[in-house]
Amino acid sequence: MGDHSHDSPTGSDVVAAAGQSETERFQDPGIPPHRPRLADTDPRAAKRAERQVAILFAVSVIGTLLFFVGYFAFDPNASIGTLRLQNLFLGLGTAFAMLGIGVGIVHWAKTLMPDHEVSEERHAIRTEDDRVAAEKIVEDILEETGIKRRPLIRNTIIGALALAPLPAIVMFRDLDNSSLSVDRLRHTMWKEGVRLTRDPSGTPIKASDVTIGSAFHVIPEGLNESPNKLEEKAKAVVLLMRLDPAALHPSPGREDWGYNGIVAYSKICTHVGCPVALYEQQTHHLLCPCHQSTFDLTQECKVIFGPANRPLPQLPIKVDSEGYLVAQSDFHEPVGPSYWERG
Amino acid sequence: MGLLFTGGLYAVATTVNQAKADTQSFSASDVKEGEKLFLANCATCHGMGGSGTNSGPSLVGVGAAAVDFQVGTGRMPMQMQGPQAQVKPKQFTDDQTHQLAGYVASLGAGPSIPAAEYLDEKGDAAKGGELFRVNCAMCHNAAAAGGALTRGKFAPALAGVSGQHIYEAMVTGPQNMPVFNDANITPQNKRDIITFLKTIEANGSPGGADLGSLGPVSEGLFLWIAGLGVIIAFTIWLTSRTS
Amino acid sequence: MSASTASTNYTPKTKVGRITNFVDERVGGSGILREFGRKVFPDHWSFMFGEVALYSFVILLLSGTFLTFFFDPSMTETVYKGSFVPLKGVEMSAAYNSSLNISFDIRGGLFMRQVHHWAALLFVASIAVHMLRVFFTGAFRKPREMNWVVGGFLLILAMAEGFTGYSLPDDLLSGNGLRIIDGVIKSIPIVGTYISFFLFGGEFPGTHIISRLYTLHILLIPAIILLMIAVHLFMVVVHKHTQYPGPGRNDHNVVGYPLGPVYAAKAGGFFFIVFGVVALMAAAFTINPIWNYGPYDPSPVSAGTQPDWYIGFVDGALRLMPGWLFGIPMEWHVPLPWGTNTLTLNVLLPALVPAGIIFAVLFTYPWIERWITKDNREHHVLDRPRNAPTRTAIGVAGFILYCVMWAAASSDLIATHFHVSLNDVTYWLRALFFIGPIIGFIVSKRISLALQRKDREIALHGRETGRIVRLPHGEFIEVHAPVDEYKRYKLVGFESPLPLPATPNAQGVVDRREKRRAKLSRWFFEDRVAPVTPRELEAAHGHGHHEEIAAEEDKKAVIR
Repeated sequence: MGDHSHDSPTGSDVVAAAGQSETERFQDPGIPPHRPRLADTDPRAAKRAERQVAILFAVSVIGTLLFFVGYFAFDPNASIGTLRLQNLFLGLGTAFAMLGIGVGIVHWAKTLMPDHEVSEERHAIRTEDDRVAAEKIVEDILEETGIKRRPLIRNTIIGALALAPLPAIVMFRDLDNSSLSVDRLRHTMWKEGVRLTRDPSGTPIKASDVTIGSAFHVIPEGLNESPNKLEEKAKAVVLLMRLDPAALHPSPGREDWGYNGIVAYSKICTHVGCPVALYEQQTHHLLCPCHQSTFDLTQECKVIFGPANRPLPQLPIKVDSEGYLVAQSDFHEPVGPSYWERG
Repeated sequence: MGLLFTGGLYAVATTVNQAKADTQSFSASDVKEGEKLFLANCATCHGMGGSGTNSGPSLVGVGAAAVDFQVGTGRMPMQMQGPQAQVKPKQFTDDQTHQLAGYVASLGAGPSIPAAEYLDEKGDAAKGGELFRVNCAMCHNAAAAGGALTRGKFAPALAGVSGQHIYEAMVTGPQNMPVFNDANITPQNKRDIITFLKTIEANGSPGGADLGSLGPVSEGLFLWIAGLGVIIAFTIWLTSRTS
Repeated sequence: MSASTASTNYTPKTKVGRITNFVDERVGGSGILREFGRKVFPDHWSFMFGEVALYSFVILLLSGTFLTFFFDPSMTETVYKGSFVPLKGVEMSAAYNSSLNISFDIRGGLFMRQVHHWAALLFVASIAVHMLRVFFTGAFRKPREMNWVVGGFLLILAMAEGFTGYSLPDDLLSGNGLRIIDGVIKSIPIVGTYISFFLFGGEFPGTHIISRLYTLHILLIPAIILLMIAVHLFMVVVHKHTQYPGPGRNDHNVVGYPLGPVYAAKAGGFFFIVFGVVALMAAAFTINPIWNYGPYDPSPVSAGTQPDWYIGFVDGALRLMPGWLFGIPMEWHVPLPWGTNTLTLNVLLPALVPAGIIFAVLFTYPWIERWITKDNREHHVLDRPRNAPTRTAIGVAGFILYCVMWAAASSDLIATHFHVSLNDVTYWLRALFFIGPIIGFIVSKRISLALQRKDREIALHGRETGRIVRLPHGEFIEVHAPVDEYKRYKLVGFESPLPLPATPNAQGVVDRREKRRAKLSRWFFEDRVAPVTPRELEAAHGHGHHEEIAAEEDKKAVIR
């Protein structure tokens, strides 16, 4: 900092170690004298301010009336346009009603109420007197309970108090009224022979329907009739795409998981579980709209950008005798976000 | 560059839509005029006879719908190579577009320009909304306000886009948009989707200005700038000294 | 009260007086009024944000109560039969159905929903601005450290209250938000999976989460907020308000307007103003158009899926964290005696660490600064931010860190609206996450010091008037007008402590901790601009006599 001085003739740039003794301080000149406002000296100005305040309160009254007009004059079931107009009337009515009162009161306070600044002494938050007295009281109380002299009582009450809240915690066990099996996260509705069907209609898909460049949003057959529809859907949704078989590079053992370039991947992001539904048919990238994890379809949905770590799980598929696409099996790994027991 | 892939894709993309006969009829003179226009304006990139070059995909089998969409929205001819072709003022008149479509349709069978019955906006808006949320909203946003794709690409907002172009986009899958052929979303359902889009566009938001329909980000931004701004203006007035 | 005998003799003359007296004799209101009726409050616009938060909360209670009469927090499947055409016949939960009915079929319901949501955004925003004001002016110093902590809890509670409310309509947007929360919870080692099961009553999404969040949202969290507000305000009364430095203000007094009538009128009127502004926003600007998003379904998702602004920084952190760091996977498989477990650092780190650091520093900062500065005095006069350059710089650095994460939550919208690549936005923000706070620290510290120097200049030489005067010998100078003593006192009446060197402890040893403290003290205070002293001012006036000449010559000089 020392080299910061500029060539001001007065050398105002006093910095760094330049000490400042407490005595070398300016005297506090005190609260500046009150300067009267226009309304303090001119009765006409005061009268004018009074009228302004009254007008503002009148605006508030008009606002309240406007609200009632908005409430009763419109039939909200008529159309979106009417609803919008009603909302506008109700809102403007309330806004005028409130702002009229608020601005009126503040204007009144600012122009007509005294604006002399006053000074009030602060008091010590705690006086030494009180502290001594309080300490004495606490000591007396402790003495009278005898807790220091009777450690048996002290120790047992600590133990009892520590244990007593435990039932309240255990009571929450049945928030999940099941066996608490973590295993359920490993399975979905897919199994061998389950048809791939369109989301949301549930109609089966023929392999010939899936042309190159297509993307189908898929649910397992029978999902719509499942008792736990949403929970099953949250794990089972699949994205079905077809691309040039030459563009796919399946790893050993997974060559037959697709059919003629048709591949099915879990739609649930391996990051935190959003549906990864954005398919770019030219770049063959899948993008998650929530956190932008990007998966490359040609590399078995390997992560190429973003916060996800694992590739999307692939659903092995084949074609049944009627030409419909069916699953070969369930996913070979749990779908969706990672969890501690996933392994 | 991604466009290079398209040619091959379009060629196969059409098999399903084939089922429907080409309802659009192009006269021989349309095709002939279209060929002239094509040679003058398109062949540089798409090659003689639309067979494709290094800088443009083959157009054999993309169908009249693709031409009507790409040329009709001004995306083609492209101004420059970029992440994706941008909408700009149309370069050709409707007649010229029709002629070009006729010529390209003659190169190989492909999706045709949709019939008017699917564009009447009188379908089932609720059904269309459901399909839109499942198939389209992840890219185009639930209120069709558009959204980002990777590396500078984006899905455009759909307000103001004609029903015909929406339909054609679904059938042909322009650029990075996947194809939604008639086996995936039936023409009747495409009509529902268009009905839904046109309904929400005509309705507007019942709550007042929609702030771009961009969700919590624009709401938060508005609150911090306009909402708090007005509040701060009031606090300054409230604590200032009256003259 | 010794006045008990006197009060029996007192007979009020008016009817109002009789009622007041009746109450007063039974509850002793006179004493309270005597204590508070003329209590002094300092006036400054930046002191109003706490009130904005309080008033937003009142608006939230009012509008929220209305909404509870019509909202059905149930996830039972039902079919929509209301008047919004694009959703007719769609299957949805009762919660979403009733939210739509509030919006479309109950008169004023949409308005109340919008009031509630706008007020919620304003509630958290005003708490944030209030805390920024408290931090940058040093109002958290003794004796107000505990109230600062209570305020920090209020911020967290407000965020929790906001998030539980955001999820209630059970629309697609909030459902995907819950799904993200589920993913984050599952990443917690050992207990995460079970917490998720307990929260959702089994697997996501289950049929319980909305009613559980509802209980939290309308009962538990607001009750705690109310309690915390009571504690917060009680401490404000105990401490009395802080005040900005200026003539007549010191640590032993409080200068301002008395509560009755001026301050009460202003503060009371301000409630109506805040309500009016919220009503204005609700009248003309859509918020949370749940009808666009549709009912929650685990399959669809909308582009631009974001949380409300106050959760945005966590979402942004999740977006910034790469899943692979220089080829190293951020998901670890931990071999343990009973099998392999999964540690999901790519979720765990961004979800917990930045928020953890921000709140840990926020809560402990008063004690950190007190330890470094060894300043154990009570402070009732605020620091102007420029007069505490290092603190200001720390605050700015933290604020920028927050803002980078915040911006990252809208990376997709930044990309589409500024026509840049989504990936590039993320790369830049990742870099800014580390560089931004450092640049912010340096720049804001330099700006603070520069402003202090400017204050010095003005105190010594007066204000620049913009009038250029030519002296007889040809020199051009600008005329400076001297500042009056009240203005000057504001510029010079601050403390500028020196670094506090290490001092030996009771054993006469300078331990390592003390050395560290001394080092930090040096860092905290070494860059300083001392306030002007009376002697310097005198010297400057002597030195700067030509300015007085200039003023004399003014009339004769050629003015350009």
